[in-house]
Amino acid sequence: MDLILDTLMFVGNSAVDVLPIVIFLFAFQKFVIGGQIPNFKRILVGFGFVIVGLGLFLEGLEQTLFPLGRLMAQQLTNPEFLHATRITVVGALGWQDYHWVYLFAAAVGFSTTLAEPALMAVAIKANSVSGGAIGIWGLRVAVAIGAGVGVSLGCYRIISGLPLQYFIAAGYLVVILQTTLAPKLIVPLAYDSGGVTTSTVTVPLITALGLGLAEAVPGRSPLLDGFGLVAFAALFPIISVLAYGQLAVLRQQVDLSDNEPDELQEDKDHAL
Amino acid sequence: MKKSLIALSHDALGSLRDLTPIVIVIGVFQVWVIKQPVSGFVSLIFGAVFVLLGLAFFIFGLRIALFPIGEGLAHSLAKKGSAFWLFAFAFALGFGTTIAEPALLAVAAEASEVAVDAGVIAATEEARSSYALGLRLVVALSVGVALLIGVMRIIANWSLPVMIISGYILVVLVTTIAPAEIVGVAYDSGGVTTSTVTVPLVTALGVGLASSLKGRNAMTDGFGLIAFASLTPILFVLLYGIILEWI
Repeated sequence: MDLILDTLMFVGNSAVDVLPIVIFLFAFQKFVIGGQIPNFKRILVGFGFVIVGLGLFLEGLEQTLFPLGRLMAQQLTNPEFLHATRITVVGALGWQDYHWVYLFAAAVGFSTTLAEPALMAVAIKANSVSGGAIGIWGLRVAVAIGAGVGVSLGCYRIISGLPLQYFIAAGYLVVILQTTLAPKLIVPLAYDSGGVTTSTVTVPLITALGLGLAEAVPGRSPLLDGFGLVAFAALFPIISVLAYGQLAVLRQQVDLSDNEPDELQEDKDHAL
Repeated sequence: MKKSLIALSHDALGSLRDLTPIVIVIGVFQVWVIKQPVSGFVSLIFGAVFVLLGLAFFIFGLRIALFPIGEGLAHSLAKKGSAFWLFAFAFALGFGTTIAEPALLAVAAEASEVAVDAGVIAATEEARSSYALGLRLVVALSVGVALLIGVMRIIANWSLPVMIISGYILVVLVTTIAPAEIVGVAYDSGGVTTSTVTVPLVTALGVGLASSLKGRNAMTDGFGLIAFASLTPILFVLLYGIILEWI
């Protein structure tokens, strides 16, 4: 019974979130553009699916992944657990004693990003726009790898206490370098991938991880150091998607190594 | 009808595959590393079914509602040829979808705690909620501006890498003069603005606009709006922190 009530509440909440957007879109269509929306009924049914789908999705996450993930983040950053699994022999915990945290961060960053609905939307669109050249699955795995590496490195930053902006600045230097080398087709998509990784599924879990870590590591404040993991999860997918584009080019160059140099840019785009 | 059912069950199978990695990760860590029993097995199974169905429904609805309406509006606005309404639409879409974003509400509330701790604002409920509201307004404004600039870029054919990279250089420069307690919050607010409903709409807007303009490529010109929406909140929130410190 509680389950049914909870579900209705979540669907209701999701309706409250989505309806203003729907009303805005319909009002804009009616008053600014004029005329009926094509396939009006079909679109209404679609919005119904979006609202119910998001509601069920969030309710399900709230029942399963979020409590489990938060609990695991707490357990892995628990001083008792950290001391039991330490690698260094004496003294205070070193950065390498948090090895389970890095592994968990990478695994959670990777797997939750794969399940991120916003990323699926972008991948579906990129696949259809590129005429199938960019694979839905390939793009999503590339983004997920970036998010996993990013969250893991973000945990290292919290543990080591190094300033956030150093990592961000270094990351963007790599992005600049890759932008000049990667095929032009992939660049805008790669830049967009940063923003879409951090959404419904990923953010609550990695925020819990960040806060748990900042509480557990001596000398860190949860309020000052707990933030910043989302920024890592948003930066590294840009690098991994650009790398995905570069790899596609490399693979093609190995296949046809006798191309004229002036065809290179065109080839780069074809490789995708 | 039959076709829709096939599409829906196809989406459900896809969701199953998408969620498997999470189940494996949680399972492996639970069994091998943490080694503690999990309570409430029945609610876990129910929850998993909900996640699966919810994701499938969402993806289905995305294809038949969010994408077509986003692209349809972009096409009609491009055909109408009024730059004003196009810009107004982009700004309103960004501002409107962000101000009510639940993830942003959470971040704003936490950020107000940080501000109290750092002594930027008084430790009263009123000061906190006005700080949180200010932060939400700033972030919503920044996303509106982001989509506005992004749409201008598609029309004017400016270089995306040059704009985004100079944006981030600016972010790094502003960070050096911003108060320390705002930095983490600012960098995170770039990630939370782009929600599950906004992303498909914004992507459809960009791609729809680029494909209805002559001489634009949907792939190289249509994407990039989300990149702006992740960048401007960082900059605006850093500036918000600096301005609050001055007053």
